[in-house]
Amino acid sequence: MSTATTTTKSTKQSTVTFAAALNAALADEMADNDMVVVCGEDVGTLGGVFRITEGLTQQFGESRCFDTPLAESGIAGTAVGMALGGARPVIEMQFDAFAYPAFEQIASHIAKMRNRTKGRAPLPITIRVPYGGGIGGVEHHCDSSESYYAHTPGLKVYTPATVSDAYLMLRAAIRLDDPVVFMEPKKLYWTKSEVSLEELRAEFEARWAKVESARDQGEAWARASVARTGDDVTLVTYGPSVVTCLAAAEAAAQEGRSVEVVDLRTINPLDEDTVAASVEKTGRAVVVAEPQGFASVASELVARIQQRCFHSLAAPVLRVTGFDIPYPAPMLEKYHLPNVDRILDAIDDLQWDETALRSPEGVR
Amino acid sequence: MRVTAEQDADRTTTEVPWAEQSAQSFGITIEDYLLPTHGRIQLISPEGALLPVEEQGSTPGHEYPMPDHETLLNAYRQLVIGRRVNDQNHALVRQGRMAVYPSSHGQEASEVAAALCLDARDWLFPTYRDTVAVLARGVAPLDVMTSFRGDWHCGYDPIEHRTAAQSTPLTTQLLHAVGLAQAARLKGEDTVVLGMVGDGGTSEGDFHEALNFAAVFKLPVIFFVQNNKYAISVPIAKQTAAPSIAHKAVGYGVAGERVDGNDLAALLAVLGRAVSLCREGGGPFLVEADTYRMQAHTNADDATRYRHDEEVAEWQHKDPLKRMRSYLTEANVLNDDVETEITEAAENVARGLREAMSVQPELHPLELFDHVYTVQTPQLAAQRAQLAEELEREGAGS
Ligand SMILES: Cc1ncc(C[n+]2csc(CCOP(=O)(O)OP(=O)(O)O)c2C)c(N)n1
Repeated sequence: MSTATTTTKSTKQSTVTFAAALNAALADEMADNDMVVVCGEDVGTLGGVFRITEGLTQQFGESRCFDTPLAESGIAGTAVGMALGGARPVIEMQFDAFAYPAFEQIASHIAKMRNRTKGRAPLPITIRVPYGGGIGGVEHHCDSSESYYAHTPGLKVYTPATVSDAYLMLRAAIRLDDPVVFMEPKKLYWTKSEVSLEELRAEFEARWAKVESARDQGEAWARASVARTGDDVTLVTYGPSVVTCLAAAEAAAQEGRSVEVVDLRTINPLDEDTVAASVEKTGRAVVVAEPQGFASVASELVARIQQRCFHSLAAPVLRVTGFDIPYPAPMLEKYHLPNVDRILDAIDDLQWDETALRSPEGVR
Repeated sequence: MRVTAEQDADRTTTEVPWAEQSAQSFGITIEDYLLPTHGRIQLISPEGALLPVEEQGSTPGHEYPMPDHETLLNAYRQLVIGRRVNDQNHALVRQGRMAVYPSSHGQEASEVAAALCLDARDWLFPTYRDTVAVLARGVAPLDVMTSFRGDWHCGYDPIEHRTAAQSTPLTTQLLHAVGLAQAARLKGEDTVVLGMVGDGGTSEGDFHEALNFAAVFKLPVIFFVQNNKYAISVPIAKQTAAPSIAHKAVGYGVAGERVDGNDLAALLAVLGRAVSLCREGGGPFLVEADTYRMQAHTNADDATRYRHDEEVAEWQHKDPLKRMRSYLTEANVLNDDVETEITEAAENVARGLREAMSVQPELHPLELFDHVYTVQTPQLAAQRAQLAEELEREGAGS
């Protein structure tokens, strides 16, 4: 474990970017375990198009971090064999929508191997997927694909929203014996936090030491966090929308409404208890997420909140999601993505009193 | 055929040093090494006679030695067991005691050779049709049949047997084979990996990706294609316009070979050499077995809709089992006593399967939730509790 502190050059920095935190997490896990292997398109010499794997080939050699041929099914499929052979592959899908060719391998094999073999062949694979919009990307570079993975039993779906979580959750994901689809909100790659990597390493070691078995260890990060406390309404969200929700909560505070923000952190496992506790306290909830809302993680959350918190609810649970359209061109994405105004509108729609009650269409 | 300095300087291809080395050791050009021989490799005629060297189909650098008698007899034994299991399972499906069975009747020589060319340290990646290969790897018959009976998807431990779960999605397993070879290299092991696929499966994108990955990373993987002429109803002519599937290898910088898939001796010779070249760093390899599926695709298929009886009869004549039996009898390796002993062994396996399949398997419905994640999610725990309650009520009611 002591080797971990020597693995990146930025250890002394007090400001860490989301990207640097992910890079450090990879380096630290690779230093800790010789069977952790990083591969994908451009992850070697270039360090990945987002530089998340920067320096890993130089540090650990080509057998540990390497460029694959340009073939997503190949990347995911070979990871299955690597994991069967005792490795812990961390594979990078360059962009959300380019993971679709790998979906057959992910859904048919990665998700099912543990189950079909009665637990005899678990596959410890981490699939890193940069996802989401708001970066002005061209077509196929901004999809939010988390609902596909969340819909697939056998996969875990993690999505950090803070620099600390990026580091802590990626290390946990790599150590977990289940396959984890690790969704990285690419909009947040360049966000910074006043935290040092040394502190993060110490926190990881401390938390890791507390949990008893390897089984619990992965679960220790599978808890939602309350990103901001409030009394009047709960915004339930994850990934890139956490930042938007915090901004909305701030704006609502100016208007005298106290808004709580729950960051799920992991979509599967889903920490319903933290969500329910918050909604039971506030009595109102809005679910906020980037992808199209139809048949989505957001719909699932609404259903569960209605079911669990029915008697505490003062209003129906609302959703603010992207429209049910293919991801729009960069100049139009601002019309599609959940923004502060839409969230505030939804909060306004939560039947604060009888006279304000209106349907989403604006008709009473 | 011999390499000259001039030819060498003319080459514009990327470097393939491992193949280059092998080509040199056979004294031929790299192109001649990568391309399969004209026709295919055959050592024993359909009548069971050892073919003269001129008729074995080999070209320089592609000559194969006849396996020794002990190897052949051991393989013949597996062949007889494989045939018996195929036919027993076919019957069990007809009797409604097995849900489905994709039989490899007619292809057993390829099945057996795929398993026997490997050591215990090696890995096999089979498809749904490759039950006989999995059996020949030493997995207990009932454990292999679990998935066809329908009580669990895979009944054996892949890691213990170094035999992956039989893959139903076509061709995906070839990439797993490549990845396994990568992990073995990382651990410093000299494992050889053999991935099996059908002729139809070679049209899938994963076939390309797997060959390309294996070649780029110079991995010891044998891609073993059983060309049994049909993918359910679609003939090989609709899968590819290439002269043979083996020819596809050269485009990846991989050596390809085509072998009579009903000739156990030729299969063992070709795959045996592929394994040892792979073990020494000379892989990957593509081996195409020219064979035929004698029965329908599965019980749900009506083969008379897409092929003629004459074609089936023609292949009956090339039956791998009869051929090996004639050869071994002629060579005095096989006599009535040995034959009886082998038949009995096969009957025992068949009886075991019949008996096991006549017993209703014990089902454990709550186990449905046990192997999804290392730790059950709260949602799964709740669903498990729901089923437990339903089962209890059912039990109370009955
Ligand atoms: C990805 C995928 N597509 C379709 C199928 C349905 N299917 C099962 S077997 C088969 C034909 C396969 O033919 P081939 O690869 O020649 O193997 P064979 O059955 O002849 O051994 C098809 C289309 C499948 N299993 N997987």
